[in-house]
Amino acid sequence: MSRARPEPMQVVKQRRDAALNALVEAVPYIRFLDITFDRRGDELTAQLNFDDKLIGNPFLPAIHGGVTAAFLEVTSIITLSWSFLWPDIESGAIDPEEMAKGDLPRLPKTIDFTVDYLRSGLPRDAYARATISRSGRRYASVHVEAWQDHKHKLFAQATGHFLMPQKPPEAKDG
Amino acid sequence: MVDKVKLAKQFIEAIPHARELGMALTEITEGSATITMPYDEKLIGDPKTKVIHGGAVSALMDTCCGAAVMSHPSAPGGTATIDLRIDYMRAATPGQSITTKATCHHITRNVAFVRAVATDEDTDRPVATASGAFTVEKRF
Repeated sequence: MSRARPEPMQVVKQRRDAALNALVEAVPYIRFLDITFDRRGDELTAQLNFDDKLIGNPFLPAIHGGVTAAFLEVTSIITLSWSFLWPDIESGAIDPEEMAKGDLPRLPKTIDFTVDYLRSGLPRDAYARATISRSGRRYASVHVEAWQDHKHKLFAQATGHFLMPQKPPEAKDG
Repeated sequence: MVDKVKLAKQFIEAIPHARELGMALTEITEGSATITMPYDEKLIGDPKTKVIHGGAVSALMDTCCGAAVMSHPSAPGGTATIDLRIDYMRAATPGQSITTKATCHHITRNVAFVRAVATDEDTDRPVATASGAFTVEKRF
């Protein structure tokens, strides 16, 4: 009744980080907005790195509402993809090196997305975390919150519905 | 009201993020605006299909809705988004620019209600629609 020895921590970390990097780096729009992800186990926090090109109202100044919406949508899609891919990353069914070479999984598609603007986005970094309210075989519902200086003072939140990518039939049998 | 329309046009074209995405205001009348955004590889959201990210469409929708509010005869100044809902009907065709038309269909002293439609070159089949509520500011 001996159990397999747990993998060394560095191996686990390296695999998870490589998979996350491959997922994020593959999307040009995420690089354009300079959104990065911080990982603790399977929990992700997105960071929108401030730049002047993100300004919507130059008189205040404030981050463009469209950028805020995009930041929340990117956070939702990556978080949803990450949770969808997690079992395959852990089991080794997905090879992060192949992902980095361009063998990317299909991403969830946005059906609808509703953003509440709670206060204006200040010209500095912003953070966001998404929670998956429901994840079914075809549809998923996600809630996402964004803040800047204080975690409890959200500047925007959103709820969206997504169409999940369908796993190929052979993956079901394995 | 010509000045107001001109003012709204100047305001929109001065937005750093709108310039960054190459947005061009093609038509603006009282309470309605049309903005076009060219296809750009930096906006790709799905590397496999080269379809642009929904977030870029959101930025276009939000800008266009704001322009429609500011061009309304009853809006004294600027505006900010209170909420915006976007429904994605289909993927925009890669390589084609996206055009959004927004209409401010109702305005009170404090709130403006806006609807918008986005299409690519196939103007009969919308890519996305939006509806939102915006603040009515006393100044710019």
